[in-house]
Amino acid sequence: MIVSVYHYMVLSAILFSLGTIGVLTRRNAIVVFMCIELMLNAVNLTFIALSSYLGNMDGQIFVFFIMTVAAAEAAVGLALMITFYRNRESIDVEDFSLLKL
Amino acid sequence: MEILQQLFFYVVALVAVISGLLVVTCRNPVNSAISLVMTFFCLAIFYVTLHAPFMAAIQIMVYAGAIMVLIVFVIMLLNLGSAVAVRSRHAVTGAVVASGLMLFQVLILLKKGSVSVVKGPIDAAQVEAVGHTELIGQSLFTDFLLPFEIASILLLVAIVGAVVLAKREV
Repeated sequence: MIVSVYHYMVLSAILFSLGTIGVLTRRNAIVVFMCIELMLNAVNLTFIALSSYLGNMDGQIFVFFIMTVAAAEAAVGLALMITFYRNRESIDVEDFSLLKL
Repeated sequence: MEILQQLFFYVVALVAVISGLLVVTCRNPVNSAISLVMTFFCLAIFYVTLHAPFMAAIQIMVYAGAIMVLIVFVIMLLNLGSAVAVRSRHAVTGAVVASGLMLFQVLILLKKGSVSVVKGPIDAAQVEAVGHTELIGQSLFTDFLLPFEIASILLLVAIVGAVVLAKREV
């Protein structure tokens, strides 16, 4: 039994679940952000595994665009965190409650 | 040879899962960041074994290079200690149950379902012969030209947005 596409899909599902646990349990906004990156990477692994298995280039182009969006998200998200820290002296996600009624 | 291939997969997968677990559980954000870099490297190894060397290079340069440097830089800039920042026990249990349920559903789906077998033209031999970068480029600049241009505008917006958000009021 050689390493099949299912192995990669199961690994990707495990990594995605780990990222979900992190997003739901951590309170430090930067760690939450890193967990989101972990989830994005799990999806990238699925795309590339299926792309390689099906002999089609489109999945890898999708990964290319996901990386672009992740880079843009990193720049804007971290700038938001710096601004928030400057105003509130904290980056605990519990303190992100400005819009709460 | 196949045994060796499988052993290699399992070792790298184990390292990836353990470092993913460390990202979630480490108290100190810097340790989380280092573990995340480890996960990125493991994924890059998988991309190489999946005949996508260009993607592996991009993974290391963009994720492990650019994005992680940005994250570590912000952690250092904000000088965050390793304060206990975990939610209550109930919230943690709920999150673990929810994502465990999600993993279970995906595993059932993978076990019962089957991957489509509409095979495309590209295989490992062609990637060897033509070169992965060239194949990506051909696809990117013909079929996906408009999304490529939109991605460039997105990056421009991100640059301007980051500068506007993070600069001090003059």
